Amino acid sequence: MKHIISLLLENEAGALSRVAGLFSARGYNIESLTVAATEDATLSRMTIVTTGSDDVIEQITKQLNKLVDVVKVVDLSEGEHIERELMLVKVRAAGKDREEMKRMADIFRGRIIDVTDKTYTIELTGTGQKLDAFIEALEEGAVLETVRTGASGIGRGERILRV
Amino acid sequence: MELTGAEITMRCLADEGVEYLFGYPGGAVLHIYDELFKQDRVKHILVRHEQAAVHAADGYARTCQKPGVCLVTSGPGVTNAVTGIATAYMDSIPVVIVSGQVPTHAIGQDAFQEVDTVGITRPCVKHNFLVKDVKDLAVTMKKAFYIATSGRPGPVLVDIPKDVTTARCEYVYPDKVELRSYNPVVKGHSGQIKKALGLLLEAKRPMIYTGGGIVLGEASAELTQLVRALGYPCTNTLMGLGGYPATDPQFMGMLGMHGTYEANMAMQHCDVLLAVGARFDDRVIGNPKHFFQEDRKIIHIDVDPSSISKRVKVDVPIVGDVKEVLGEMSRQLAAGGQKPDAAALKAWWTQIELWRARDCLKYDRASPIIKPQMVVQKLYEITKGEAFVTSDVGQHQMWAAQFYKFDKPRRWVNSGGLGTMGFGLPAAMGVYLAHPDSQVVCVTGEASIQMCIQELSTCKQYRMPIKIVNLNNRYMGMVRQWQEFFHGNRYAESYMDALPDFVKLAESYGHVGMRIEKPEDIEPALKEAFARKDQLVFMDFVTDQTENVFPMVPGGKGLSEMILV
Repeated sequence: MKHIISLLLENEAGALSRVAGLFSARGYNIESLTVAATEDATLSRMTIVTTGSDDVIEQITKQLNKLVDVVKVVDLSEGEHIERELMLVKVRAAGKDREEMKRMADIFRGRIIDVTDKTYTIELTGTGQKLDAFIEALEEGAVLETVRTGASGIGRGERILRV
Repeated sequence: MELTGAEITMRCLADEGVEYLFGYPGGAVLHIYDELFKQDRVKHILVRHEQAAVHAADGYARTCQKPGVCLVTSGPGVTNAVTGIATAYMDSIPVVIVSGQVPTHAIGQDAFQEVDTVGITRPCVKHNFLVKDVKDLAVTMKKAFYIATSGRPGPVLVDIPKDVTTARCEYVYPDKVELRSYNPVVKGHSGQIKKALGLLLEAKRPMIYTGGGIVLGEASAELTQLVRALGYPCTNTLMGLGGYPATDPQFMGMLGMHGTYEANMAMQHCDVLLAVGARFDDRVIGNPKHFFQEDRKIIHIDVDPSSISKRVKVDVPIVGDVKEVLGEMSRQLAAGGQKPDAAALKAWWTQIELWRARDCLKYDRASPIIKPQMVVQKLYEITKGEAFVTSDVGQHQMWAAQFYKFDKPRRWVNSGGLGTMGFGLPAAMGVYLAHPDSQVVCVTGEASIQMCIQELSTCKQYRMPIKIVNLNNRYMGMVRQWQEFFHGNRYAESYMDALPDFVKLAESYGHVGMRIEKPEDIEPALKEAFARKDQLVFMDFVTDQTENVFPMVPGGKGLSEMILV
């Protein structure tokens, strides 16, 4: 099953490689991993999307907690949470397709952020599933390039992850 | 007053109470060695290879309650040390490694003797640091010692670029450090402890299985008290030997791949299993699928939560310091006044005695060729079980574990997790320095000993009167045994050809060499060797080439599927 694991870690050189190294050394999956400093510059917040049985996920959270640089670990999937991912898509948009592409972007609440005679670049946010759905909805061959950030997650309501 | 980074490094070590520093100089650590030269609080032991520096520090740490410390240079100094670091990591041994690095401005430039030390060692250390600013040096050193020795111990490396060793700042060594991200749990959950005790008291076929955590956690008195109060059988892992007195009737011997028949059968057939400071690894329980028993309840106490429910699902997990938790269990047991089910326990012991009667460690004592088991047995008798015994890896290691009865913890020193050949001799050097007035023996084989044989030179320099028991069967014995059992007797590259004359080799290093070829000469040779109190004696025992280690649980099988003699 898919899990979204959030962690706070010391914002130090090498902290990311400790996390990434743990996943590769122990054979855990990483579907996506995002990281950036928080409002407290000494801390980084990381979101990891991974898959595995309950036993594997339990080991992942335990092993992450064991890393000396990791301050806190939460499996967001254990409760209500919000997941968002940003995707930039460059699509073919020429002739009669141009209008259709604009409509598709509107339907998915995407924004066109760059335009040429032949292309649009669309910015889209949502869950990973929504982004997948957008790509599938486009005609084959329409997509020229995509770039996705990987998911970021946060607990719903008053659930807070902080030191 | 401002000090240089090199001065600070040495001051930190001295202020930390470091007695011995095992190391090897080189370009990146020259300033540190210069400061070492000018002080007399820390004594340096010059090894002949950096791997041995870490093994020696490791052996030192395993036998006293202090961390081992080493100093190596950048590049090859570090890569040579990696085997030692990984060995300490697998067995959770507190070692602090200080390594030199190229100057900060040269990092990433493929400078001479540059490697990404923090990157290379990351998977085999508990933590590591690269110190880029001399102002961080003292606090980083303090953190290194704190992390290495607390919680589940392990090696910690501090990488210091050369320019940091010449930069200056005020020196203050902190009394203690706190890390918001690192707070090992000490006290076990009292509700869980109560639950565990309840389960243990209801058991019809109880078993207590303990590992290296008892030794590292200084919990052998608490374990012994609890086991005796309950009257239950107890087994130790390879790493846990000495955690429970081996001569006690409740001791079942070692368990696992080469464990005793009774210990393995009791593990497999118990209904309540108490695991303490052990990790159910593949050499201990074999295949977890075969180990699984529907009606068996498992209680697991460990300081490291990630060791719990890793390979085997546990019913009652208790995270905490084993000494603390076992002490609490004994207190609750005494206060509760409950007693185990005496009738069930009697029946269980009757069954165990039947298994014991199988005499799984028997061997041909009348053999005209030296049986390796007999050498270890005689060694045990002559040293009255009081020696510190290190070993290398292979058949001799298993025979030492089976036939030397350790009644005290920290007497048995071997590379259990990583299985590092070459560990025994340098580890014995560290043990000797920690216990200069005790008998220190390295039980080894002719293949393993050659992996760090150069340390005979270190032993000469520092007059270390280690006794080397070389069980020489002219084979990489354990490899040969697997080839015999599982590879149709095809002994691919496991024959040790072109062996040196170990007697002459020992003599050339200035030691005493002996060659022993007959069983009746074992005892006199050992007696003579131990009588030479101030000399290293290399005893080359020419043993039976065909002898195998029994019992044996083949890889991937279950504990009750042992091959017996």
